[in-house]
Amino acid sequence: MSTRVDVRKTYKLYIGGAFPRSESGRSYEVLAAPTGRRSTPRFLANAAQGSRKDARDAVVAARKAQPGWASATAYNRGQVLYRVAEVMEGRRAQLVSDVRDSEGLTAARAEAVVSAAIDRWVWYAGWSDKYAQVLGGLNPVAGPYFDISAPEPTGVVAVLAPQASSLLGLVSVLAPVIVSGNTCVVLASQARPLPAVDLAECLATSDVPGGVVNVVTGRTAEVAPWLASHRDVNAIDLTGAADADGVDWGGLELAAAENLKRVLRPGGTGATAVEPDFGPTPDLSRLSAFLETKTVWHPKGR
Amino acid sequence: MPTFEYAPAPESRAVVDIASSHGLFIGGEFVEATGGTAFKTVNPATEEVLSEVSEASADDVDAAVRAARTAYTRVWSRMSGADRGKYLYRIARIVQERARELAVLETLDNGKPIKESRDVDIPLVAAHFFYHAGWADKLSYASLGENPRPVGVVGQVIPWNFPLLMLAWKVAPALATGNTVVLKPAETTPLTALLFAEICRQADLPPGVVNIVTGAGATGQAIVDHPGIDKLAFTGSTGVGKMIARSIAGTRKRATLELGGKGANIVFDDAAIDQAVEGIVTGIFFNQGHVCCAGSRLLVQENVADEVLRRLKRRLGTLRVGDPMDKNTDVGAINSKAQLERIQALTEAGEAEGAERWDSGCELPAHGYWFRPTVFSGVAQTHRIAQEEIFGPVVSVLTFRTPGEAVAKANNTPYGLSAGVWTEKGSRILWMADQLRAGVVWANTFNKFDPTSPFGGYKESGYGREGGRHGLEAYVTTGGGQ
Repeated sequence: MSTRVDVRKTYKLYIGGAFPRSESGRSYEVLAAPTGRRSTPRFLANAAQGSRKDARDAVVAARKAQPGWASATAYNRGQVLYRVAEVMEGRRAQLVSDVRDSEGLTAARAEAVVSAAIDRWVWYAGWSDKYAQVLGGLNPVAGPYFDISAPEPTGVVAVLAPQASSLLGLVSVLAPVIVSGNTCVVLASQARPLPAVDLAECLATSDVPGGVVNVVTGRTAEVAPWLASHRDVNAIDLTGAADADGVDWGGLELAAAENLKRVLRPGGTGATAVEPDFGPTPDLSRLSAFLETKTVWHPKGR
Repeated sequence: MPTFEYAPAPESRAVVDIASSHGLFIGGEFVEATGGTAFKTVNPATEEVLSEVSEASADDVDAAVRAARTAYTRVWSRMSGADRGKYLYRIARIVQERARELAVLETLDNGKPIKESRDVDIPLVAAHFFYHAGWADKLSYASLGENPRPVGVVGQVIPWNFPLLMLAWKVAPALATGNTVVLKPAETTPLTALLFAEICRQADLPPGVVNIVTGAGATGQAIVDHPGIDKLAFTGSTGVGKMIARSIAGTRKRATLELGGKGANIVFDDAAIDQAVEGIVTGIFFNQGHVCCAGSRLLVQENVADEVLRRLKRRLGTLRVGDPMDKNTDVGAINSKAQLERIQALTEAGEAEGAERWDSGCELPAHGYWFRPTVFSGVAQTHRIAQEEIFGPVVSVLTFRTPGEAVAKANNTPYGLSAGVWTEKGSRILWMADQLRAGVVWANTFNKFDPTSPFGGYKESGYGREGGRHGLEAYVTTGGGQ
């Protein structure tokens, strides 16, 4: 009996709802995490090695998608994001397989991580029509005015995805950015990019409009500076600077100051960046890091 | 329109007693600056020297930070919220008791009309302390996250346009949340901050909780760079804001930045025109236009542009420009020679680029720094006077045809601090408010402020909010999170 030759996947970028290769034509080898049983690392795939131009194209796509995504009703955004969790559940086998290979986990552990990632997505989806009431409200000003403060999305956010936690970490930084109506460019984990491409395929087959999430795989140290200095990016999440080869998060924050991007610094103390534990249920800090408060006044009178 | 002639109605300055020289306020004491250098602060309405003020060196800043750290660890962070609140209530009451003195001193040092310092600045200062006093023992109810704790020692650098009010915006929330403060007032307006130091002593505020170091840019930079500072709060220009953001990049210092603006005040054809004209005047001529959230770009719907402009010019002809100490004065002195020169340079650029200049032609005093209320019409979006913050009594008028065009023009700036909308149509107000990329939107009103109302910008107008529950967020750190 002959063994069937399987059909393998090409792992590409996700920009503006399409899956292009890098405009640079480059790719790089992605290897399985060493598990101690094998002496030579196992080849998994050739991922696209995104370039400065890819990152810029992704920003253009994110900017184009931003007003539409922000003006969708909160109920609608909640349903669309919930739908992503449904699709993730349907693609569980592939997510488990790629997380297992990427992170060097046991099958049971990989199952648990994927379950947590899906549950995290559902947790954030449910916030879409709630955070505005928690974070905003009426201001009791000393005068005859109606005065109300409400959160709005910051705009286009660049996200350095965690290097180690390739799916749960990715979901934990991505979902809080887009649930409020931001759009984003995600720089996937350099060594573990495959779950990010799987997630992009989930996004593409749910109802998330193209351009809301754009995923660039490649060398973090090469692409991140272009996102940090990009004048049409409003905010940057530096979580994935922790343990990223050749990445100086202070330098990225310095570049981000040029147009006063909102910067979410990596975890850790001093200059040291540490990837957080994404296990526990989060608070609202990641969601609120990419919000602007707008205050509107109007006189009262007869 | 008849112009009424008013007899002079000067406020008495007998209520203030300005010392000929001032030291720094560190650890609860007034001390000499170690460098021995000093600078003069003048009354911009007369160019009279009011006092000599010490210039704090990096060593002085270091002493202030150490005093603040000691007060933080030994006293203030350990004190119950209820007790911290009581100190803030005391300060609020003393500000009210000494309101006239503070208002006169503010007007002398800053040049703003006494009716504004008396009726706007100082009452809001008291209100800010009173409001935040009540938060001190209620922080766990403020949706700030789990277990809100103070950040530590806060460095605060404030501008000259609302000297004591900006101090209150900074100091009140910092103290309510348990932080201690090193504050630098602007070099042209240090006097009310130094009087505030005396108020802290009258309130028996523990030494070192509030430290005031006077000086210019180098003193501010010393605060920004000091390793003992945990958080910075700055109000001022976008240029300096970016320098601060660069200085703290790669550190764990936090910052809130309240920066420049180029606010659009948008008038639709169905607006109550006379009310809108009053709002335009309030928007750009309040405080000589030295307001970061000023409505410095007037966007008028094309079919009413001539009418609005005609009524605006007629109204500007009635503004009383002159002695800030006169209770009838509407527009006071420009705060400094440097600022006057900047306004002159930008208005000359406006003429050179082809916009049409008009001013009220009013008489100006022989001494001091003055600028007539000025209107530029025929302004294009690319003109410097439509893009750059003038920070003076100058409004640039542009026109639009549709709400969509108004939004596009209003948002066409790197800034995003404020905007105004004038229309009688409710649905349009709410739609416009949604579209405008600005932290504060005033609909059928302008330049209203309140301690309960969060204030701050989008984009290059900075980040963070001041006032309200939101303003507390910058001054606490919380547990949990990823």
